[in-house]
Amino acid sequence: MEMLSVRNLVTQFSIKAGQVKAVDGISFTLNEGETLGLVGESGCGKTTTALSIAGLLPSEGRVVSGEILLSGIDLLTLSQEELRKRRWKDISVIFQGAMNALNPVMKVGDQITEVIMLHDNKNYQEARKQVRELFSLVEIDPDRIDGYPHEFSGGMKQRVMIAMALACRPKIVIGDEPTTALDVMVQAQILNLLERLCRDIKMGLLLITHDLSVLGEIADKVAVMYAGKIVEMGSTEDILTQYRHPYTEKLVHSFPDIYGKREMVSSIPGDPPNLIDPPSGCRFHPRCSLATIRCRTEEPGYIDLGGGHITACHEIRGYEK
Amino acid sequence: MKETHAIRRRKAGQFMDSFRKNRMGMTGAIMLCFFLIMAVAGPLLLPYNAMDFGVADDVFAPPSREHILGQDDMGRDVLRALISGARISLSVGILSTLISMVAGTFLGIVAGYSGGKIDVLMMRFTDVFLVLPWLPLMLILAAVLGSSIWNIILVIGLTSWAGTARVVRAQTLTVKERQFIERARAIGAGNGYIMTRHILPNVFPLVFANTILVSAVAIISETTLSFLGMGDTLHPSWGMMLHYAFESGAASIGAYWFLLPPGLCVVGVVLSFTFLGYAFDEILNPKLKKR
Amino acid sequence: MNRNYLLKKIFQSLITIFLVLIINYILFRVMPGDPLQMLMRNPKASGEAVARTKALFGLDRPWYAQFFLYLRQLLHGDLGLSFLHKKPVLEVIASRILPTLLLAGCAEVIAILVGTVIGIVSAWKRGKKIDVISLSFALVTYSMPTFWLGIVFVAFFSVFLRIFPTTGMVTPGATFISEFAHMVDIGRHLVLPTLTLSLVMIGEYALIMRNSLIDILTEDFITTARAKGFTEQYVLRRHAVPNALLPMVTIVAINLGLVIGGTIQVETIFSWPGLGRLMYEALMNRDYPLLQGIFLLVSISVIGANFLADILYSYLDPRVKG
Repeated sequence: MEMLSVRNLVTQFSIKAGQVKAVDGISFTLNEGETLGLVGESGCGKTTTALSIAGLLPSEGRVVSGEILLSGIDLLTLSQEELRKRRWKDISVIFQGAMNALNPVMKVGDQITEVIMLHDNKNYQEARKQVRELFSLVEIDPDRIDGYPHEFSGGMKQRVMIAMALACRPKIVIGDEPTTALDVMVQAQILNLLERLCRDIKMGLLLITHDLSVLGEIADKVAVMYAGKIVEMGSTEDILTQYRHPYTEKLVHSFPDIYGKREMVSSIPGDPPNLIDPPSGCRFHPRCSLATIRCRTEEPGYIDLGGGHITACHEIRGYEK
Repeated sequence: MKETHAIRRRKAGQFMDSFRKNRMGMTGAIMLCFFLIMAVAGPLLLPYNAMDFGVADDVFAPPSREHILGQDDMGRDVLRALISGARISLSVGILSTLISMVAGTFLGIVAGYSGGKIDVLMMRFTDVFLVLPWLPLMLILAAVLGSSIWNIILVIGLTSWAGTARVVRAQTLTVKERQFIERARAIGAGNGYIMTRHILPNVFPLVFANTILVSAVAIISETTLSFLGMGDTLHPSWGMMLHYAFESGAASIGAYWFLLPPGLCVVGVVLSFTFLGYAFDEILNPKLKKR
Repeated sequence: MNRNYLLKKIFQSLITIFLVLIINYILFRVMPGDPLQMLMRNPKASGEAVARTKALFGLDRPWYAQFFLYLRQLLHGDLGLSFLHKKPVLEVIASRILPTLLLAGCAEVIAILVGTVIGIVSAWKRGKKIDVISLSFALVTYSMPTFWLGIVFVAFFSVFLRIFPTTGMVTPGATFISEFAHMVDIGRHLVLPTLTLSLVMIGEYALIMRNSLIDILTEDFITTARAKGFTEQYVLRRHAVPNALLPMVTIVAINLGLVIGGTIQVETIFSWPGLGRLMYEALMNRDYPLLQGIFLLVSISVIGANFLADILYSYLDPRVKG
């Protein structure tokens, strides 16, 4: 069942130097119980996409056009007050808990009970009981409900964030680099936990990361973003092994393969483009080794490769499956 | 080193650009210029002789065509006294700030760079100066040393360096860890050389920002010390004027022309420093930038 | 409360007090040339009298012995005799503490409440008209010499409008029909000094609260709170303000030194019979033992306040545990 559908989303930031087209016409859908990975370099617009969907854009950012349909309702047409009431109940966010996403002077339990009390009309005792259950769910000792964030390790804080995100049984959970600041062992634990929860609870998960190897474990679909656009999207397997876009290729090669098949780790040469005045034609052409004159002048449209696999490149014939 | 020089100059250029666009900062700069011109050029145009007492009728004479700001308790022209006071108040402020900056920067760099026991000891000492009640300490020092203008400069300088020492030390600690220090040490540069040639230029922007804040404090300190009778009678600053105004009962007579101008001048100078400091903070502190 | 943290803080405070004692000692015994002259104040005293005085104050002994003598006297509460009042310094000081506590206490409470509220409103409505107004107000009051503000208030409210008394704590020579009438009279005398003293602090507290809150509002956990669907007011009240208040605790304690400086000025202007005015009198008459006693007392109370602030901070901020 289709839960979230983003259509032609355009988000801009107004800064002194001009209009930054951080997200420039992206579309995707997310079904119930499905996990979609949104991947790209920092500055490609993946976090802006997440913030646009969650309605958390900073004051200089603005959704210029497009639709964000959640169970058929366009979130962009709702009033501020309606939106506020739906927050966390419809869409919750797993922030980087290891950083500073938890209030340092408030007990972690209270930071979750407050949101349950707000949206689910429960009293403090009922909410606390629910928090203890949530803690067991994310494998934290329920007796740590009265601890403060600084008493938790990075991985444990991330579990608290996950418990918080699940507190109101949201339809969609957005994970914004949920495992980035953690060490590899803890990363794997958190990913396993997320995968299990998605399956059990049937929530949609939008996972934002710069690390493709994270997605291989957990995502059903992957969308690759470059300079505010989705350049390739398809099933995780297709993206990791049957990629057709040169940027996806570079991205796949810039991380060591989780099974250890590839040993070369090559970073992508060149810098991400300036989004105030993006390159003409295909936005990747200045960094692309296959670029032709056509790539410089004409923006590529999506080519359907079947099975939901699409890509936007003029030169895909140059690739072998 | 050429490269870092260029970077520093570019940063300074960027800073000036943002400063010109900062309304509060520009207001402060213009106000300060006004008072500086008043202090430098004023006494040349309107010379003042503190011994030039008026006749009985002149005492507390309200503003008139000849005496725009009226006359004081001794029948002297308030405007001329005010202009002459500007030179004294600003000189005391600037010189004592200089002492405070040199002392604070020196102690901060040495403590931060040396580390270990020297650091702990020096910072404990600094903390004592931070907590000691500041005005009583200055009053006592001034009483003990005697009220000459040089002693007042010394007293203010010696009691206001602690804050600077703290921030300079903190900055030194971060600069110390940077690679170019390591490199300089590897090629055999001495501690004194590293401190003056590498650390000092890097803590300098911070010292500069602090100078502004300390200047404001120094001006208020001088005014307060003089008002409380610790001033130099030979060099009548704005604070001394207010001292005489209060002692002669200008408030109960309603001689506002004697009471308001020196106070407003002090507020103006301090405010200009506060504006400058605030603008610098807004430009240099990334967290305070507009969301 | 962590015991080690408490012990560490007590130890630090004691060291600071000890350093203050040394500074205090040097200030009064070593710097002004001949301490004997200060004590005798009679240039024609006979050689025998000089020797007697020397022995009496231990001035014939080496400096470290003198220092320990000074410490021993302190421990016995002996701060010497006031030249001016011809009474033990401790006794003179004790009689003046209450009026200062009343004045400084009222001013501090008002300043903290009003300053915090102005700072919060200013930060929340950043860049709006109300922010510009309160910011200007804060910067101007912050830039005023306390005493000058006091004189202007006297000239305006007491001399021009005649609504408040100029000087003192009670109306001289008045008899009161009841204890309540007495209180009212003290209250009327209290208004202007309190207003003066608190206005200067309000500006500073407002600026600090504003900056602290603006800082906190950029933190990630504020975004989390907003994402959870809370109203802006709730986010501010429950998440931002409690965090932004933390630096205020420290600042208020550090500021006690400034408040003491303020009371000297305000009490001098309004002839308020407290410690500040006592210090001014001692200064004018070069009553060194009294000055030293007052300085010691205020230094120790500032150190004490900083100690209490550290303890309070560790209760408010769970991250601080030694």
